[in-house]
Amino acid sequence: MSVTIYVPCDAAALSMGANDVANAIAKAAPDATIIRNGSRGMLWLEPLVEVETDKGRVAYGPVTAGDVQGLVGGGMLEGKDLPLCHGPTEEMPYLANQERLTFARVGVTDPLCLKAYEANGGLVGLGKALKMDAQAIVDQVKESGLRGRGGAGFPTGIKWHTALAQEADQKYLCCNADEGDSGTFADRMLMEGDPYALIEGMVIASLAIGASIGYIYLRSEYPHAATTLRQAIKNWEDAGFFGWNDDGSPRFKLHLRMGAGAYICGEESSMLESLEGKRGEVKVKPPIPAISGLFDKPTIVNNVLTLAAVPYILSEGAKAYADFGQGRSLGTQPFQLAGDIACGGLVEKAFGVSMYELLYDFGGGTRSGRDIKAVQAGGPLGSFVAASEFDMDMGYESMAQRGAMMGHGGLVVFNDATNMGEMARYAMEFCEIESCGKCTPCRIGAVRGKETIEKIMRGEEQSKNVEVLEDLCDLMETASLCAMGGLTPMPVRSALKQFPADFMGTAKAAAE
Amino acid sequence: MATLLNTIEDAQAREICRDHGDRPQELLEILHGVQAAHGHLTDAALRTIAYSLNISRAEIHGVVSFYHDYKREKGAMQTIKICRAEACQAVGANDLIAGAERHFKTKLDEKSVAVKLEATYCLGNCALGPAIMIDEDLYGRVDLDRLKAISAAHKEQSS
Repeated sequence: MSVTIYVPCDAAALSMGANDVANAIAKAAPDATIIRNGSRGMLWLEPLVEVETDKGRVAYGPVTAGDVQGLVGGGMLEGKDLPLCHGPTEEMPYLANQERLTFARVGVTDPLCLKAYEANGGLVGLGKALKMDAQAIVDQVKESGLRGRGGAGFPTGIKWHTALAQEADQKYLCCNADEGDSGTFADRMLMEGDPYALIEGMVIASLAIGASIGYIYLRSEYPHAATTLRQAIKNWEDAGFFGWNDDGSPRFKLHLRMGAGAYICGEESSMLESLEGKRGEVKVKPPIPAISGLFDKPTIVNNVLTLAAVPYILSEGAKAYADFGQGRSLGTQPFQLAGDIACGGLVEKAFGVSMYELLYDFGGGTRSGRDIKAVQAGGPLGSFVAASEFDMDMGYESMAQRGAMMGHGGLVVFNDATNMGEMARYAMEFCEIESCGKCTPCRIGAVRGKETIEKIMRGEEQSKNVEVLEDLCDLMETASLCAMGGLTPMPVRSALKQFPADFMGTAKAAAE
Repeated sequence: MATLLNTIEDAQAREICRDHGDRPQELLEILHGVQAAHGHLTDAALRTIAYSLNISRAEIHGVVSFYHDYKREKGAMQTIKICRAEACQAVGANDLIAGAERHFKTKLDEKSVAVKLEATYCLGNCALGPAIMIDEDLYGRVDLDRLKAISAAHKEQSS
């Protein structure tokens, strides 16, 4: 009997040599069937090889090409307990303790196999949506409490409602896949591991608002995701799942558009400019895109994770989704553990899980063995959270109350060797590099901010320069056009407030 | 060389524009295509694109200079993209960059003939940093020794 072996084709797994491992397995076990699945999200174990046995899939990892001969010889094909074996994959605490709704299929199936997609719950949501009118779909999404997973957390149903209410000859649906925040990779994992979930979500959204053209705006740093998406869109089209109009034309046309290395294009108005073939400069709102967006037509811009959550909501019902989470943060969030962390990866949990649980119960503390000094939550524009705050619940409101930000659900761990003054300086430098240049507080403020922090760290007129920095942060927060300039002060101020010694130099701080 | 707008100087760029229906809104895709074909964006290519899409060269210059991906000059034999975003910094990206600068005798983002080190801000491999990318191949947990080995392996592949 032929054994089925799973070797991930996710970019993170490939980055650790998954292709070499797959080749080595093909050589060592020529009769085995190798399926290239997405990643389970236990990234510290990549490449994570799974073997199908009668007690379920058994996991081995991290496997190198050099380990394969020994593993196969030792009985990996029978699921034997060998040094790299972790037992049945589904029983591993890291996975078993998650609530995977959006990521249910990621790591389980061959991402491009439509049959596997259907066999694992795919297309059910779309099937239900096709029997509903647009308003009913919008209502379901509203009731589910789904909020924009890109970071802003705006209620998705309300956005859709606005777009649906517009009278227009053309409406657009855009998926924001410009996942530029450091410490986030959930969009990439989903697009590479279960692209049909995103496409199905987009088709449902197009039905809800009446859009006939859709775009996925993907960052160019994700070439693997681009390859997978291109093939997935083609397969979906060939299968006829986009549907047809009465005149035989396709009901929904989905295009993949590549960004060109500009972080700011993750901001929605900038992304729309970029989709029009222009410089990705931020635009003043209003009008909001749902009323006048791409090519001045009503346009919905949603994040990958937002759209990919929609099929579940339609298939299982709004209530099933809203039963997860707490307060006004309903459903689940795919959290991403990154930086100096022992067990980095993807953890999908209902909102309300504590940061401590994520960092220690899942993450296992730092990889280096040092203490955690701070965690940057919510990407480069999120504040640094010190260890005394790790008891905070992960939710939009609960985090905001503690001065932190959910963002895209990424947590970047810094150990106690990190100089937070240096990180604050970098935050300003990043804003300098990536500012679109349209508004002055961001364009000039970032440069001056960086210089001022450098002065403070050199010991030049520290108290005076701290005042200048605070004043500059006030200005950037209140007068910037978008979140780039408006939120860059978040990491800077949180670092300055909690770790002043890192800015002032320890000798100076001790003297004071 | 004539610089009249209606002169087609770059047949391949013209072809790529045509593939995109000469639509100005597809400028980014066209630029990606031309750069993939030529390695960088030449003056002749940009003039041809301006003519094909019926937009001004100033507009194209605005777009080309806005996005980090577009290159106006011939690149190095090998470009190593090194991530220096927060998650990679947290696990030693700056040390890796310093080591790579010494080894390849160049500076980050400096023009180079043999090996160019290019700063990039997040490759989406944040749990397995430091991360680098060469020729669209992603690598994780990269230290200087691994970087040297990967660089050499890619050189061998492309020669």
